[in-house]
Amino acid sequence: MSDFLLELRCEEIPARMQAGARADLEKLFRAEMAAAGVTVGDLTVWSTPRRLALIARDLPEATEAVRDELKGPRANAPEQALEGFLRKTGLTRDQLEERDGVLFAVIEKPGRAVSDVLAQAIPTIAAKFSWPKSMRWGASSISTESLRWVRPLTGIVAILGEDLVEFEIGGVKSSFATVGHRFHCPGAITIGGAHDYADKLRACHVIVDHEERASLIRSGAAAAAAEAGLTLVEDEGLVIENAGLTEWPTSLLGRFDEAFLEVPPEVIQLTARVNQKYFVCQDASGKLANAFICTANIAASDGGAAIVDGNRKVLAARLSDARFFWEQDRKTPLAEQAKKLSRITFHEKLGTVADKVERVAKLARWLAEEGIVPGADPDLAEQAARLAKADLVTEMVGEFPELQGLMGGYYARAEGLPDAVADAVRDHYKPVGQGDEVPTAPVTVAVSLADKLDNLRSFFSIDEKPTGSKDPFALRRAALGIIRLITENGLRMSAGQGDLLDFFADRLKVQQREAGVRHDLIDAVFALGGEDDLVRLLARVKALQSFVGTEDGANLLAGYKRAANILKKEEWQGGGTAKELSYAPEPAEKALIDALAAAGPKAEAAVAAEDFEVAMAALATLRAPIDTFFDEVTVNDPDQAKRTARLDLLASFRAAVHKVADFSRIEG
Amino acid sequence: MNRDPARSFQDMILTLHDFWSDAGCLILQPYDMRMGAGTFHTATTLRALGPEPWNAAFVQPSRRPTDGRYGENPNRLQHYYQYQVILKPSPPDLQGLYLKSLDAIGIDPLKHDIRFVEDDWESPTLGAWGLGWEVWCDGMEVTQFTYFQQMGGFDCKPVAGELTYGLERLAMYIQGKDNVYELDFNGKGVTYGDVFLENERQMSAWNFEVANTDALFDLFAKAEAECRNCLDAKLPIPAYEQAVEASHLFNLLQARGVISVQERASYMARVRELARGSCEAYMAKESERWARDFDGWTA
Repeated sequence: MSDFLLELRCEEIPARMQAGARADLEKLFRAEMAAAGVTVGDLTVWSTPRRLALIARDLPEATEAVRDELKGPRANAPEQALEGFLRKTGLTRDQLEERDGVLFAVIEKPGRAVSDVLAQAIPTIAAKFSWPKSMRWGASSISTESLRWVRPLTGIVAILGEDLVEFEIGGVKSSFATVGHRFHCPGAITIGGAHDYADKLRACHVIVDHEERASLIRSGAAAAAAEAGLTLVEDEGLVIENAGLTEWPTSLLGRFDEAFLEVPPEVIQLTARVNQKYFVCQDASGKLANAFICTANIAASDGGAAIVDGNRKVLAARLSDARFFWEQDRKTPLAEQAKKLSRITFHEKLGTVADKVERVAKLARWLAEEGIVPGADPDLAEQAARLAKADLVTEMVGEFPELQGLMGGYYARAEGLPDAVADAVRDHYKPVGQGDEVPTAPVTVAVSLADKLDNLRSFFSIDEKPTGSKDPFALRRAALGIIRLITENGLRMSAGQGDLLDFFADRLKVQQREAGVRHDLIDAVFALGGEDDLVRLLARVKALQSFVGTEDGANLLAGYKRAANILKKEEWQGGGTAKELSYAPEPAEKALIDALAAAGPKAEAAVAAEDFEVAMAALATLRAPIDTFFDEVTVNDPDQAKRTARLDLLASFRAAVHKVADFSRIEG
Repeated sequence: MNRDPARSFQDMILTLHDFWSDAGCLILQPYDMRMGAGTFHTATTLRALGPEPWNAAFVQPSRRPTDGRYGENPNRLQHYYQYQVILKPSPPDLQGLYLKSLDAIGIDPLKHDIRFVEDDWESPTLGAWGLGWEVWCDGMEVTQFTYFQQMGGFDCKPVAGELTYGLERLAMYIQGKDNVYELDFNGKGVTYGDVFLENERQMSAWNFEVANTDALFDLFAKAEAECRNCLDAKLPIPAYEQAVEASHLFNLLQARGVISVQERASYMARVRELARGSCEAYMAKESERWARDFDGWTA
């Protein structure tokens, strides 16, 4: 048993690609070893910006010899059959074995030295590697067939036990030599094997384990903040990114001019994070502090003073730009900015963003006026809708598109607009994702709803509906946003008709399924058709869910199914309306007739009043009569009049149940 | 000769010239046309095509009309200098060579944090792209480092390495200045502002307010027509000059704010078509000779 070490070195691998590369290396290595018959146990895969490393523990010295036996034709078979078998196996007649008159080809594959297997497998892995983007380089790139890698491949270490595994990839030969930190230890280092690899690199200022670097960055940044009396604003994405950018991470805290704090904190944090990959800090009161933490890749000879100073200047230049935008943008009222939206195309078939704003403003006003969004002032809703997209033409949002909405909110407040308007401008994109909070402020709800409804209606009107995995205008997300706005705020309105209603139904099913609601119950309510009021629909689903969970519900469902099966078997079309009986009903039959006469209208009235619990309770009263009916009454009576009347009765029972939900859709 | 790159802007440039000259580069002069970046120089664009080895370094004045700030922003200029190095094929350890050049102009990598951060370069108007990094020095981007993969829509065979140093930024860094106009230009008291401040003011005013847009639209159309005229005459180099001219005219029209968002893409496509046509004609003219003289090369 020996451990195998592989290191593939190249020029700096983009941080965002390293996790994928580690997974790919592991997957390909396992696949190649499995194909060659090498048992692989524990694998460790590491990455730094300059290397991908893999350690496979306890590889065997050689693969097992394999004996394959292929059954051929009978010895006395026609010549043609034998020839075919020989061609297939690549053997000659005298190499075949004869047993009981049947020919066998025995192919012995001797065990292979694992170092040979590896020498062949690693170049194959390199050729199969799937980088998100790869490139050619150097003299060999005179042909487009030359090796592709994420950046130029510079070196390979491949050691099995203590022996070199010899191979070549794109002109780079495997060896015992690696390199340490680019600046701290620029020379070559000789590696003995898997056992000393990480330690030798550590001695040369390289922490090869990405997890260890991430944890150093986490604790280093927190400690730097604490030392300054501040709290780190945690950002795991930044931790991973900085771990992918460094081999020897060092956290350094710097300060920026306090005057920049007049710029909204989100802007400062975004500038620091996106452009510079800095962490930010909060003071004791939870406010953004004038501090940043950068992650350097060296233990600087001056303790980092020059690095901090350099980074401070860069950040200052960025924040100056941000402050300039903040000041410039506030010179123009949002209403003025909004005029520029007529220059931006929303969609070639749907006109400009200004056209969209006009539609949304009218719709938001209508939603408020009609009382669909209770408590929303129509004037404020319209005003907010007219300003909601104005920040798209501001300098700040031009620079940081992810701040749309948020900046509009700041600008609206800065020019003294009502809070309800500023809040609506700020939050009208919400909810964005699944976990995002749903607005509750009435004006915000009106604008948010109008904006999303307009997206759906407009794109549906030009037949730009999502298909399969394609949803370029994020209409599924818009529909989900509408569903959440409606249901969580209890808004009573029609979600739409036709295709649009079907689309909502699909999204609602997905959403409810994810929320743990039984999909068959949703289907049972949807199957009734014509329901465009999502609040009512969900109330019914909810009542149904609790009802089928009770004993009465479960039994009623069983009785329903029995009735439905009989009706189906008899292909019974008639019934539903009570007729005068030509015979004296049996007691159980009479009991069901009476129960139906009482429960049917009661359930119907309760449904009309949207009191679904009461409707379910009415259905529950049918449980005992239907059970007794099946126990004591013969439906298929030889007397045709009785048979007809009883089938009609069951049809009435089914119809009464269907007033509440289509029980045929319910499983169980 | 005593160079002190930390003392003056020109000493820094001369130090880079010395360094890349020693590394085997031709030291060329700027292209005598208005262009947005050193990449537009024929020594980069056209020479990146084909198999002939090519190593050159030069300063290229770069014009970005929309970046003008009337001389009032300490970091932004509508006219600045790029230092371009183009090495074809890209040599082994180009990163190492580049880091030595930083050392030559006085950047100590054990005191300053040098990083290669992913930044893939793409020029939609040249139909070109490459993979590489922006090189950070203490968080500041000081160089664009690219391995060209395609130029004018053609695969680079072989690949060239391109380094673009932002000279003013580097000089501000080395001289410890926060304002570009305070840079020491010659080490004898002349500042960058003495040379360029008035230029920035006047050019910003012209770019943003004065330039006659009717004339610019007209010139754009004429450059486009002239490029086609040259292509018909199988003269790729003059054709390419017209593409460069059209590209700059487009940038000026952008600065004047007269090209709408929708039109923007179509103008860029028109420029790209000129650049691509010029590259295609350049390839057509040389391909036969290249295929004959360079083993393994095919168009």
